[in-house]
Amino acid sequence: MFKDLEHLLRLAVVITIAVVIFVALRTAVVPQSFGQYGHYRGAAVAEIAARPVAFAGREACETCHTDVVDQKKQGKHVVVACEACHGALARHADDPASVKPAKLDTAVLCARCHEANSAKPKGFPQVATADHSGGLACDTCHQPHRPKIEAEVKSATGGKK
Amino acid sequence: MDITRRRLLMLLPAAAVAWQYIEAGTPEASPNYKLTEHWWGMLIDIPKCIGCGSCVRACAEENDVPDRFYRTWIERYHVADWQIERPEVESPDGGKQGFPANEVSGGKNFFVPKLCNHCADSPCTQVCPVGATFVSPDGVVLVDKTYCLGCRYCVQACPYGCRFINPKTNTAEKCSLCYHRITKGLTTACCEVCPTGARQLADLKNPKDPIHEFLKTHTVQVLKPHMATGAKVFYNGMDGSVR
Repeated sequence: MFKDLEHLLRLAVVITIAVVIFVALRTAVVPQSFGQYGHYRGAAVAEIAARPVAFAGREACETCHTDVVDQKKQGKHVVVACEACHGALARHADDPASVKPAKLDTAVLCARCHEANSAKPKGFPQVATADHSGGLACDTCHQPHRPKIEAEVKSATGGKK
Repeated sequence: MDITRRRLLMLLPAAAVAWQYIEAGTPEASPNYKLTEHWWGMLIDIPKCIGCGSCVRACAEENDVPDRFYRTWIERYHVADWQIERPEVESPDGGKQGFPANEVSGGKNFFVPKLCNHCADSPCTQVCPVGATFVSPDGVVLVDKTYCLGCRYCVQACPYGCRFINPKTNTAEKCSLCYHRITKGLTTACCEVCPTGARQLADLKNPKDPIHEFLKTHTVQVLKPHMATGAKVFYNGMDGSVR
């Protein structure tokens, strides 16, 4: 019955070598953490999480700029985060002395939100800037952190907004 | 100046205060962050969106998104009276610079911010031949760009058009729900800068997250519910014309 044993042995040796090569190659090629959580490289999760941030977040701003926090509390812009207008400032938060935020152009900035558009919600304050200010920078009259114009300013400009 | 014991003791409180400010500036990767304790999604309140494009600009800056490509974008819908199935949709430069005035009469106009829906049963991860994109244990659809071949299967598979091939790296790219921020206890860049609170990050596994109360008390919808993707970006006040 086993007169062909030698042939079978040879075949077995060939198959074993093939399996060993396959296992060795697979271990070499598949990343170590593959399959840690699922069918992907588990280490990728931590790698993606390790990326540095560009926006510091309003809590970081508010630890130092408490005067602005108090100012904003008196107006509707209290809900607007600092970096919504001032831009990404994590580098400034990391190193406040050498990285300074750029000065903003209110004529462009305010219009991004407040330029009239029929698709904007009806209750949202909107102006046609060309009629409203004629291209004048908004902070000529408005204080951006507390935008509502006080009575004395209104009387100085003849009641015009 | 000699550092005597007395001087050192006097300096310590000042150093402690200074250190606190430094700490506040760089939120470190939170060692307490546990993958199994979160399940991320987002809430988009359409009636609050003013189409200012802050989210699009912030996203591009936070994530180095190349020009003319968008991980998030804003669409402006114009629906003429009863033509709910034929809305006019536009998104100039993804809404990055806001929208020009459109004084079309009749019908309604509104903005719809879009981004990856971070589907629980995402079609894009299912088609990836190498396992370069996946749903993380905390429910965020991510791309492992060191493993991605750039075969574009996922770009085709996403029913929401949220993926693109980054021309610099030639790998698939998409919204990561600012994974590098939310794991550090921050909100996403788009939610951070949204001036009206139209976008809110939501942790569906956190019982204290206000999302639960909101979902209970509002009529919310996801995009393309018939695709059964398990989308986790919830839209409040969404018109039936939104695709």
